[in-house]
Amino acid sequence: MKAFAYARPSTTDEAIATFSSSSGAKFLGGGTNLIDLMKMGVEQPSTLIDITRLPLATIEEHAGGIRIGAMVRNSTVAEHPLVRDRYPVLSQAILAGASPQLRNMATIGGNLMQRTRCSYFYDPTYAHCNKRLPGSGCDAIDGYNRMHAILGASDQCIATNPGDMAVALMALDARIQVLGPQGPRSRLAGDFFRLPGDTPNIDTNLRPGELITAVDLPPIDWATGGHYLKVRDRNSYAFALISVAAVVGLDSNGSIRRAQLALGGVAHMPWRVPDAERVLIGQTPGDGAFRDVAEALLKGAKPYAHNRFKVELVRRSIARALEAASTRA
Amino acid sequence: MPSAIGEPLDRVDGRAKVTGGAVYSAENNLPGMTYAVMVTSTIAKGRVASIDSAAARRAPGIIAVLTHESKLKLAKSPDDISPDSAADRRLQLLQNDRVLYAGQPVAVVVAETLEAAQEGARLAQVRYGPETPSVSVDASLAGAFIPERLSGAGDPGRSSRGDVQAGMSQASTRLEQVYTTPFQVHNPMEPHATVAVWDGPDGLTLYDATQGIFGARKRVAGLLGLAVENVRVLSPYVGGGFGSKGPTWSHVLLCAMAAREVRRPVKLVLARPQMFGPIGCRSETRQSIAIGAKPDGTLTALKNDVVTHTSSFDDFVEPASTPTRKLYSVPNNSTTQRVVRSDIGTPSYMRAPGEAPGTFALEVAMDELAYALTMDPLALRLKNYAEQDEDGQKPWSAKSLRECYRMGAERFGWAKRSPEPGSMRDGHTLIGWGLGTAMYPARRSPASARARLNRDGSIQVEAGTQEIGGGTYTTMTQIAADGIGVEPSRVIFRLGDTQFPPTPVSGGSMTTASTGSAVYLAARALRDTIIQRAVVDRNSLLYGAKPAQIAFENGRLSRSDRPGQMETIQHFAAGLGEPYIEAIVNAAPGQEKEEFSPMSFGAQFAEVRVDADLGQVFVSRMVGAFGAGRIINAKTARSNFMGGMVWGVSFALYEHAVYDERLGRIVNNNLAEYHVPVNADIGDIDVIWVDEADHHVDPIGAKGIGEIGITGSAAAVANAVFHATGKRVRDLPITLDKLL
Amino acid sequence: MNVASLSAGIAATVPLAEAQTVPSASEIVDCAITVNGREYALTLDPRITLLDLLRERLHLTGAKKGCDHGQCGACTVLSGGTRINSCLSLAVTHNGDFITTIEGLARNGDLHPLQAAFIEHDGFQCGYCTPGQICSAAGLLNEVRGRAKPLDDAEIRERMSGNICRCGAYPNIVAAIKAVRGRVAG
Repeated sequence: MKAFAYARPSTTDEAIATFSSSSGAKFLGGGTNLIDLMKMGVEQPSTLIDITRLPLATIEEHAGGIRIGAMVRNSTVAEHPLVRDRYPVLSQAILAGASPQLRNMATIGGNLMQRTRCSYFYDPTYAHCNKRLPGSGCDAIDGYNRMHAILGASDQCIATNPGDMAVALMALDARIQVLGPQGPRSRLAGDFFRLPGDTPNIDTNLRPGELITAVDLPPIDWATGGHYLKVRDRNSYAFALISVAAVVGLDSNGSIRRAQLALGGVAHMPWRVPDAERVLIGQTPGDGAFRDVAEALLKGAKPYAHNRFKVELVRRSIARALEAASTRA
Repeated sequence: MPSAIGEPLDRVDGRAKVTGGAVYSAENNLPGMTYAVMVTSTIAKGRVASIDSAAARRAPGIIAVLTHESKLKLAKSPDDISPDSAADRRLQLLQNDRVLYAGQPVAVVVAETLEAAQEGARLAQVRYGPETPSVSVDASLAGAFIPERLSGAGDPGRSSRGDVQAGMSQASTRLEQVYTTPFQVHNPMEPHATVAVWDGPDGLTLYDATQGIFGARKRVAGLLGLAVENVRVLSPYVGGGFGSKGPTWSHVLLCAMAAREVRRPVKLVLARPQMFGPIGCRSETRQSIAIGAKPDGTLTALKNDVVTHTSSFDDFVEPASTPTRKLYSVPNNSTTQRVVRSDIGTPSYMRAPGEAPGTFALEVAMDELAYALTMDPLALRLKNYAEQDEDGQKPWSAKSLRECYRMGAERFGWAKRSPEPGSMRDGHTLIGWGLGTAMYPARRSPASARARLNRDGSIQVEAGTQEIGGGTYTTMTQIAADGIGVEPSRVIFRLGDTQFPPTPVSGGSMTTASTGSAVYLAARALRDTIIQRAVVDRNSLLYGAKPAQIAFENGRLSRSDRPGQMETIQHFAAGLGEPYIEAIVNAAPGQEKEEFSPMSFGAQFAEVRVDADLGQVFVSRMVGAFGAGRIINAKTARSNFMGGMVWGVSFALYEHAVYDERLGRIVNNNLAEYHVPVNADIGDIDVIWVDEADHHVDPIGAKGIGEIGITGSAAAVANAVFHATGKRVRDLPITLDKLL
Repeated sequence: MNVASLSAGIAATVPLAEAQTVPSASEIVDCAITVNGREYALTLDPRITLLDLLRERLHLTGAKKGCDHGQCGACTVLSGGTRINSCLSLAVTHNGDFITTIEGLARNGDLHPLQAAFIEHDGFQCGYCTPGQICSAAGLLNEVRGRAKPLDDAEIRERMSGNICRCGAYPNIVAAIKAVRGRVAG
C-alpha cells in the first residue's frame, strides 16, 4: 500500500475543507472496498479522511419517509425497525450482501461509493482497463466476462456494480444528500450512478470534494410488500449474478397499482427503466405481465461470451421477485 | 481391557486451537525479524526483460531486492530432483530470466516491516518479453504423450485386460460420453508461510507450513549444500494443506536464501493470489468413457481415455484412470492417460488425486447406464461388484463395499426413491437423489517413533509427522496409550520437528497406517521394556514373575496369577536409576502389498434441492458409509470423512480456477471469486462406517480416511441433480447456467 | 474424556521481538487501542491494518490472515462487541476502541462457552479459521441477544457464512453454536 496521510476531522465542514486542501484525498468510511482497493494498488490516495466519527450516524423519520445518516453501518440499517417495517426490500438487500462482518463495517454512504467489480480492474497488473487507465482498452470484453454487464455497457467498459443495497435504493427512489464546497444538494439514486460511456473511470455523479451526508427514503404508502431476490453461485457471501429489487402495490381487486423494480448484476449501475414498469400497471400479477416487463427492461441487452445465460436468468428472476413481492403486497 | 482406540476423544490440541495458543508457521516472531514479499510474474511465458530494483530500494525500510541478477548461489540445479521423492518439484529460484507460468517468483523484496515489503514489491516494476502461452487442452492435444507412470502410486500410464472392442460388440446397451473437471486450487485457509533463521553459514532453522518436514529438510539441504542434520524444520501446526503443502515449493527456498543474504530472520507468507500458480493445482481432466452392458446390467466392456495437463518443465500426471481400472468386475477393460504440456505451474497432489475426478466420471457414467437400462443405480453397482482387484489380479486386503451400500441406502432411505427424473417436487424446488461409489487406496510408508517413560511417570511419545487437521495429535495419543496400557491423559505426543524420529509426508491418507504403526510398536516396545525391568527389580512387587504373567492396564502393572500384586507406573518410574527409559522403533511395510490390494471403499448418497427456474442447487442431505479399516477416533474420523464430503460438494458445484487463455492467467485468483462452500452451502451430513477388520494392511489395521470422502461424492451430487432436473451435466462445476 | 490440558507443551514458544520502529514515508499517527482489556499506546504507520497490528506488533497471533481482503473471515475480531474483519480495518481508525480477540475470550483460564462447545462438537480440524469462527459466533450471539425468535440451523448457517472453513467443519460449527445458544437462552 502506498503511503498516505491520515486525518480524522470532527465536523463535516472540516472534512470538506481537509479534502479541498489536499490533492488526491479520499474519504474513508467502513473501508471494506477502499482499503481492499488500496491493498491492490488500484486506489492510491495521498490523504485518507476518516469520516466514520462524523455525526452522521442516525436514522430518523423525515418528511414522511426516513433519513439514514451516511455513516450508519449497513447492519444497523438492515435491522432498524423503521427500515424493516416500511422498506423490507432494503433490509433484505443489505442482508443479502457480503458477510455479517463486512455489513458491520460498511457504511451506507461508503457502500454507495463501492466501485464496479471486474477482475481486470481490480488487479493493476492487467494492462488494459479503461476504468483504471483511461485509454488503455478493456481486457474483459474478449476475456472472462461471466460476471459482467449485459445492459448499458460501452465498448470502453463492461463492468458491473456489485452492490445489493444500491439496487434496493434505486427501486425505492431514494435521494442521496451530499455536502460539498458549494453547499448541500441532493440527487435521486437514479442520477447518482453513471453508465460507463466514454468515461468508465467515473462511477458516480458526485463532484470532487462532495461528501454523502444522508440517504432519504421517500414515503411509500402504496406498498408494504417488497422483495429482494439475489441469484448467485453460492448460497451466501457471493456477488450477484442477477438480483432484483421489487416493490409492488396492489389495488383492492388484486391488480397491480404501482410497481418499481431495479436489477443488479447487469450493468455499471443498478438498472431501472421506469417506462418498463408502467406495463405492469393494471395487470394481474402473473407470468404474462412479468414477462412483458422483463422484455421491456432487457431492451438492448447485449451479452458477452460467458454471460449469455444472464438474459434468460433476468427473465426468470424478475418473474420470481415480482411473484414474491405481489404475494406480500 | 478398556481401549482408547475408537473412542471419540476430544482433540488434545483442541484447547490450543480454540484459544489462539496454537502457533502456526508465520506466527513465529523472532528478534530482528524481517519481512519478505515475492514479486510474481504477470505473464505465463517469456522472459524478464528488466526489474526496477532501484525504485523498490529507494522506498523506506527496504533491506534487499533479490532478482535473477542477484546471482544467488545454489549447491545444485533446482531442476535436479530426487527420483526417490515423489513430492520433489522443479523450482524457480531466481536462477535465470525465464518465465514458465503466471505467478512464478521473479523477485523477492525484504524489508523491516510487512507494509514496507509490500510497497517495495509493488514498486519493483517488472518488464517482460512475453511469448504466447498455451493453457488449453485443445491447443496442445496434438503434442500429448502417454506417460510411463502416473503420479502417486506410480501405476502404468495405460492398462488393458481382455478385448474392449469385442466386449462392446457383445453389449446390448452402449454408452460413450466425455466428462470434464476443471482446474482446482487447494486453498488451505493458512497461506503457505516460511520463517527462516540461519545459525552461522551452515545451520538453518525453518518454521514452515509443510505437510512433510523431512521432505522439506532434504530438499532445502540439498539445494543449499547443507548437511541434512544441520537443517531443522518445525511445523507443529499446519492450517490445512490438502496436498499443496506436500512438495517443497520455491518460496521455501527463497525465504531461506533471502535470510542468508540479509543475515537476519526472514518471514515470507504468500498472499492469497500467490496461492494460484506456484504451489500446485489439480489439473483439469477430460475423461472419455465407453461402457457396454448386457440387458441384465452385466458389464461387457469399460474404457476410459484421460487427458490431463502438466507444466512445460516438470511431470505430474493426475491418475484419474485408476477407478476405471479397479472398481468394477468387467472382463474387457482398458485405460490410457495422455498428458499435454501447458504454461502453468506444475499440477500436484490435491485431496484424492486421481480418485476424485476419476470416480466423478465413472460414477456418473454408471448412473447414465443405469437409466439407459432402466435399472436401479444401486442394483447396477451390485451386479458388477468386483470380488477382487481385477487390475492388479490380487484379492482385496478387505472390502466392505457391499455393506456400505446396504447401510448407506438404509440410512438415506434410498428404497423410497422414485426413479423418474423430476418426479420429486416441492413448489419451485425440484428434489433429486443420487449415489456414487467411493474408493481410495490404503497406503503405508516407513515411519519411526519414540516412546519414553520419564522418572516423573509422564509418558512422552514423539514422531516427526504433521498435524494438518486430521487429528494426528489425538489419534497418536490414543494409539500410544493403548500400546503401553495407560490412560490417554498420561501421554504427551509431540510432532512437527525434524529432531523427532523420521516419518512420511502427511499425504496419501497414510499417516495412521504409517506413523500410527510406528507409534504403536514403539509403545509396545516401551511396555515390554517396563515389564522386563519390573520382573527383575528386587524392589518391585512383581519381582520374579514371568513377563507373560504381567498385565499392564490403566497405568497399573499386575500379576495375572496373583491379582492383588500390582504396581503403578508412577511408582515404577520413580524407581528408575536413569532419567528415562525409551524405545525407538522403525516400522516398515512388509510384503502385504505384493499379496493383497489394499483399498478402502464407501457409498455416498446425496439429496439436492434445485430451484426449478433459477437453477440454484443446494445439497440438503448426504449420507456417506465407509469401510476404511480400523477407526482410531470416532469423533475426529467423522469430521475427516465429513470434510471430504464437503469437498465433494465443492467439487460438484463450486470450484473452478478460470484461466484467461489469452494471457495464461487465473482470473479468479481470490476467495471471493474462486468459490468454495460457505456454511450456508452445506446441509446435513451423516457419516457412518463399517467396523472393518483388515488384518493385511498394517499392525493396527487402519487404512486412512483423509481422502476417501471426496471420492464418489461429486458424482452422487451430479447424479442427484440429474434425478431432480433431468439435465445431465458432465462438465463440472454444475453452475446454475448449466441448468437453465 | 478431555485431555486438552496436555496441549500446552506442544507449540514451540519463541521469544517475542520488541515492537519495531516503523520506517516509512507515511505520517506517523498516535493512537490508543484497548485489546483484551489492556490499553496500548501506539505510534503507527497508518497503513497498518488492525490484523497486522495484532499479529506482527502486539504478537496476538490468534486472529488469522487467510486472504487479507475480507473474503474469508479468518481475521474476525470483536470491536466493541461487534464482529468485524480486522484485515480491512486500519488500526489508526480504532483509536479509543475496545477490541476483543480470541485470546481475550477465555476468563481466568476458563474457556468461553463457545470455545468449549467447539471442542466438544469438533467444530474445527486444522484450526486456522477457528479463532475467526469463534469470534464471529460470539458476535452473532451478541446480535441476537434478547431476541424472541429462536436461532435455527438455517439462520446460523447464513449468519456464519462470512467465515470460510476449508476443512469442511460447518455442520459441527452449527452444532457448537446451537449448543451454546440453547444454554444462553436457558
